[in-house]
Amino acid sequence: MNALSWVYVILFYLAMLILFVGVVRKIIQYARTPAPLKIPTTPAPVTKAGVVWRMTTEVVLFNSLFKANRWIWIFGWMFHFALLLAFLRHLRYVFTPNFLLWPLIDNWLVLNAGKYAAYAMLFGLLGLLARRFLVDRVRYISSPSDYLMLVLILGIAGTGTWMSFVNHIDIIQLKEFVLGLFTLSWQPLPTDAVLLTHLSLVLTLMVIFPISKLLHAPGVFFSPTRNQVDNPRERRHIAPWARELETGN
Amino acid sequence: MADYEIPKLKEYPVIPVLHPGVSAHIKPYVAKADFQIALNYPGELVENWEQKAVAKLGELKGKYRSLQVFLDSCVKCGACTDKCHYYLGTTDPKNMPVARQDLLRQVYRRYYTFAGKLFGKLGIPGFVGAKEMTKDVLDDWYSYFHQCSQCRRCSVYCPYGIDTAEISMAAREIMASVGVGQKYCNEIIAKVFKIGNNLGLPQPALEDTLLGLEEDVKAATGVDVKFPLDVKGADILLVTPSADFFAEPHVDGLMGYAKVFHEAGVSWTISSYASEAANFGMFIGSYDNMRKVALRIREAALELGVKRIVFGECGHAWRVAYSFLNTLAGPFDFLDPNYPVPQHICEFTYDLIQKGKLKFDKSANDHRVMTYHDSCNVARASRMGDTPGGQFTIPREIIKAACNHFYDMPPDTIGEATYCCGGGGGLLTDDLMELRVKGALPRMEALKHVVENNGVTHMAAICAICKSQFTKVIPYYGFKMDQIVSVHQLVSDAIVLTKQ
Repeated sequence: MNALSWVYVILFYLAMLILFVGVVRKIIQYARTPAPLKIPTTPAPVTKAGVVWRMTTEVVLFNSLFKANRWIWIFGWMFHFALLLAFLRHLRYVFTPNFLLWPLIDNWLVLNAGKYAAYAMLFGLLGLLARRFLVDRVRYISSPSDYLMLVLILGIAGTGTWMSFVNHIDIIQLKEFVLGLFTLSWQPLPTDAVLLTHLSLVLTLMVIFPISKLLHAPGVFFSPTRNQVDNPRERRHIAPWARELETGN
Repeated sequence: MADYEIPKLKEYPVIPVLHPGVSAHIKPYVAKADFQIALNYPGELVENWEQKAVAKLGELKGKYRSLQVFLDSCVKCGACTDKCHYYLGTTDPKNMPVARQDLLRQVYRRYYTFAGKLFGKLGIPGFVGAKEMTKDVLDDWYSYFHQCSQCRRCSVYCPYGIDTAEISMAAREIMASVGVGQKYCNEIIAKVFKIGNNLGLPQPALEDTLLGLEEDVKAATGVDVKFPLDVKGADILLVTPSADFFAEPHVDGLMGYAKVFHEAGVSWTISSYASEAANFGMFIGSYDNMRKVALRIREAALELGVKRIVFGECGHAWRVAYSFLNTLAGPFDFLDPNYPVPQHICEFTYDLIQKGKLKFDKSANDHRVMTYHDSCNVARASRMGDTPGGQFTIPREIIKAACNHFYDMPPDTIGEATYCCGGGGGLLTDDLMELRVKGALPRMEALKHVVENNGVTHMAAICAICKSQFTKVIPYYGFKMDQIVSVHQLVSDAIVLTKQ
């Protein structure tokens, strides 16, 4: 093991810890904060099953965004769907062939979809970045961090694409490094510059996630305008702090 | 007529180019100390208001999940940027929903997020969209959180359902809590506490007005249609916006309700104690004040011993009634469980129409070619009937039952996509006339479309604020104020009274 590999081992553990603790803390905060009033954006579902369906269409198809703006929807949805495909392709670095679901990870469709999704991801990200520069309204609401977030993810996607299509790396050794992190038998990391850049950017993203707007990922599930059942007349909805007002007089 | 430019009505809606700061000067009068204190707020800007405002923000985000999640989740995608009628009408970028939210979010980020604190210490909070709480920020809040009518149109289009109404309510609550409340809303709420309605109409005046209406209806129809007040043991308590008692065209709607009750053969009453459906506590984001206003309705229902509660035509009042009343003033287990609590007058009328219990002479409305304005709070914050979207179909079915000619405005301006009238959310005050005129632009364009293409002559509404706002601002766009009618005014004009 060289020193560089050790640095990455430590950074990985740190980043995973920050990501996990940070996101779990936010989820606990969202779950514990009461929603004192019924505020679904109507027309809203009148049953729980209906809410599950509404949330599913939001998360899978970006339903509201589709209604709002087709360009943002095309770029945003392509990016996120490509992200999902790329994520599935990356599972092969974390699991071994004796894992139950290995055939679902290691097959032609998943691997190729994940590979070519890279272009969709780059296209979507560049589209979103272009909008930030070109549309005066979006430029007005953008902070430096909004541009840098896209640049960061573009960097990850770009280096990943490069390794998939141009300059292959030693993925066997990479997998041993990744598995070693989980089994606590640390292995050396391939010292390819593009790979190291890719991993450094991913680590940065992991650390930024719980302290940035990337919290939209857990946040959407807690959004009262989307996750509440429209039944205020049928069932009395009251928050604990509001009930205290009642016992107070 | 005005010292500002009235926007031109265009053939097709155009997303305007940004003009930063053009509506920064628009702001309502600040509440005087008496009316702040009446609502349990400090009379003037308190010492250390910066810290207290930040602390209040912390308290509110701990009490409202919406606020906490919405402050974190925005990715600045831009989906909402062209959705607000005030942005379309004023072209000020801070009227884009996301930019309006950011006025509060920047302070949240500075004091409550790691990134904001870190870059704040480095002296570049703006790098991550954070900003110190300063007088300039407070001034921006006061202007732009009073240029939001809390209509929720942006929340329909946000991929995370972020509702700017929730943000502006919180901001107004924070401002009031450090001593900077809004005159119009706070005076009105104080009047409700003291007298029972927004207009400060005491019981004798109300009684007099209702007797006058009985005489008017008798003179016009020859039928004794009653307008009962404070009748104990009546079946139905009608809670309606106080504008219905004398404003035009509101009062014509009230006559419609009375005629429907008359034909239904039910006993009903208005309460002088709860003679107001409106609840401006919502506009200022104050749960406490909203609850206090709502509890008057519960007390009146108990006092009069009614079995049902029906609400008259009012938008935000129906939001508070439908979505919040059970929470704020429930449970209503002392009322007849066979009926929803509360019921909307449109639900009541529609039900009778469905059962064939109302007779209409539609030709009485033949001089009108109708369109219908979906009120924002009814459309996006409530429901009528049993199925989602009933709030769109039921009022239209009532209009069609009473009129022969009806045309909808373009689909992206009605239903869940409806535009606010421009006067909602506690902005229906003369000190905000410029904003109200400009904010009405998208609705006026949609109206012009059906006027020119379908020969529409009148627009019906089911909200006291919409009706007041439109009658006041449509002359600026070349229409006449009597082109605005109440939905139950159409019912009133066409209903055939079969009972004596």
